[in-house]
Amino acid sequence: MSTHADSALAHHFESFEQQRTAASLGMWLFLAQELMFFGGLFTCYLIYRSLNSLDFAIASSELDITLGGINTAVLITSSLTMALGVKAAQLAKKNQLIGYLLATILLACCFLVIKYFEYAAKFEHHTVPGQHFEFHVPPDLIEKFELGPERLVQMEKRAEIFFSVYFAMTGLHGLHVLIGIGIAIWLLFPASRGKFNMDYHAPVENFGLYWHFVDLVWIFLFPLLYLLGRNIHA
Amino acid sequence: MSAHTDTYDPKVNYLNTDWSIKSWLLTLDHKRIAWLYLVSISGFFVLGGIFALLIRLELLTPQGDLLSPDGYNRVFTQHGVLMIFLFLIPSIPAVLGNFLVPLMCGAIDVAFPRLNLASWYIYTIGGILIVIALITGGVDTGWTFYTPLSSTYANSQVMFVALGVFIAGFSSILTGLNFLVTIHTMRAPGLTWGRLPLFLWGTYATSLINVLGTPVVAITIGLVGAERTLGLGIFDPALGGDPVLFQHLFWFYSHPAVYIMILPAFGVISELISAFSRKRVFGYSFIAASSVGIAVLGFIVWAHHLFTTGMSVYAATVFSALTMLIAVPTAVKMINWTTTMYQGAVKWDTPMLYAVGFLGLFLIGGLTGVMLATLGIDIHVHDTYFVVAHFHYVMVGGAIMGFLGGLHFWWPKMTGRLYPESFSKVSAVLIFVGFNATFFPQFILGYMGMPRRYHAYPEEFQVLNIFSTAGASILGVGYLLPLVYFTWSIVAGKKAPENPWGAMGLEWRIPSPPPTENFVKEPVITDAYDYEHEILKEQIEEIARDEAAAVPSTA
Ligand SMILES: [Cu+2]
Repeated sequence: MSTHADSALAHHFESFEQQRTAASLGMWLFLAQELMFFGGLFTCYLIYRSLNSLDFAIASSELDITLGGINTAVLITSSLTMALGVKAAQLAKKNQLIGYLLATILLACCFLVIKYFEYAAKFEHHTVPGQHFEFHVPPDLIEKFELGPERLVQMEKRAEIFFSVYFAMTGLHGLHVLIGIGIAIWLLFPASRGKFNMDYHAPVENFGLYWHFVDLVWIFLFPLLYLLGRNIHA
Repeated sequence: MSAHTDTYDPKVNYLNTDWSIKSWLLTLDHKRIAWLYLVSISGFFVLGGIFALLIRLELLTPQGDLLSPDGYNRVFTQHGVLMIFLFLIPSIPAVLGNFLVPLMCGAIDVAFPRLNLASWYIYTIGGILIVIALITGGVDTGWTFYTPLSSTYANSQVMFVALGVFIAGFSSILTGLNFLVTIHTMRAPGLTWGRLPLFLWGTYATSLINVLGTPVVAITIGLVGAERTLGLGIFDPALGGDPVLFQHLFWFYSHPAVYIMILPAFGVISELISAFSRKRVFGYSFIAASSVGIAVLGFIVWAHHLFTTGMSVYAATVFSALTMLIAVPTAVKMINWTTTMYQGAVKWDTPMLYAVGFLGLFLIGGLTGVMLATLGIDIHVHDTYFVVAHFHYVMVGGAIMGFLGGLHFWWPKMTGRLYPESFSKVSAVLIFVGFNATFFPQFILGYMGMPRRYHAYPEEFQVLNIFSTAGASILGVGYLLPLVYFTWSIVAGKKAPENPWGAMGLEWRIPSPPPTENFVKEPVITDAYDYEHEILKEQIEEIARDEAAAVPSTA
């Protein structure tokens, strides 16, 4: 048995194999934890959606589908660059890894910038929950669904629930993107020192898993928040 | 394991290798982290106990004369928050679990030692926030933070407490994750799942709940926070939000949280009863499977906390039936433990006193749980002292008895010292008697209709309340004694041998206290409950000795 004084194998592990299994199982458990964390929010969404489906559909049609769509494409692309980055780390291709990490960071920032413009528009239109919240049902829909004045007042309140759920879900997701950017930047340092190879690449691989998870959450958020009930104007 | 060197010095162990403050606060050794937790949870236990004392003093008389109504609300809230989130939930997993999981696995440490230390810091930050709230005025929502009381009407200290609970929650998620990975990947060769000590099975089941349940309460409390600070209105009835949804989400975690407190205690009790009955634990696989079974079932019974809140009668019936189902794996355990003792060579050392006390108290706690699962009875006694007595029988009679039993059992291993057996026996008896005197009258009070969470009550309830308060003072003395003699034993206790109880677990075959690297030689895994074999060996040796002694006299 050798000493691993300056090797990447921590002293309490027997082998790289054991260390890798532990890191990977740990990451999957962490993602399970994340799933339950978001799961609470998705439950809120599903319950309110099923109780107020028309109200949610009308409020949801206010969201900017173009920006949302572009963001979906941006995030999926970043997942691709990250997957390629993991491959590069395994093959110990230092420069490729740095490139892919930078691309992922860039796309993630791009996502947040677009999100910023979406949020800003909501502040302008007063559809941010709180004291200044205002929501007006478009006239054509009032006519189409024959909404009486009482129902209209109710609907404007329900819209605030929709936007509460919207901000909670996209906000928490955005926070995860932000944390992801932080981790990716932090990974650049060991990557530039060429630390990763076939034996030791768990940090990159685990961050990849995290990043795919963040992407996957958005893949659910986009249709649930932006697309469901879009046909309401038709 | 490269660290097993030939230069092993038996005088150096994990405690005396370095005494500097830095070596403790930055330690990555799971055994030292167990100590960090033990010191912090003891502090919170004392603090929570002081609040319990205030509650019992207030209830000595029917009038509210010691505390104002608001003050009383704050006191019982702080008692609940401190005891549940900062003491009970981390108690066995974070202290005994941290110390024992690697030892029982035959490993040098947990899978992620840095994360382990970080968990303690996270826990400490959560604890500090909660204490800040307490100092600056306290919170009166109860430990359950029901909306809209917590989101709209409560004072702003509720945000500190909520944030503290949120943060401390991540400590238990990360500890659970660490244990799951450790048990999966760090077991020594030969330690198959079927040979895993039952304490590890209990820890495993607990960790599952920690990882899968805690995030739900975290996001729920996070949403209450977002409602207060950002004006989001997810539980706000004014917008059509549903406060009852909060209760569902809260109990989705907080019912399983009861099992976070009790499953590790089950694990401890399995070890104690086998060791002190000198007998193989009866129905090993049933005890192991029932732990995991309880963890899984525990996730689908939460709505029994909402029978009076408003729920369809069909849902209520289903949740009532599911809740009763939990009694099955629990009864499997009780029966297996008593059967283990049956025809065993039972030794009444202190840990065994706690284990047997646990059996009695948990039996009452469990059976009244079945009563409460029954819709008719639950609606009658909901929010009365009957419920208070029930969950104290489970959490104090169950979890704390298990914790203290385990602490007495493994104390010689943790410290290398023996505690005074006479004192510890007295305290075990005091705790058992004091506990029953405190909480049994509360069953009767609740059944008579005394509601919980009021600082005053009708005069006809006073006699039983005096009983309860008197019992609480006995209980208090019972809890103070271990604090004193444990501390004393560290300084002046007799040196403990490697295996003072003659127990079979892996942790008893290394020095007390263990060296930093845990195992001096590569650990050899054997059956952790092979007492029959051991006893047989002793008997054969004894016969051989007798025969040898008999030879000269005949000659
Ligand atoms: Cu429950």
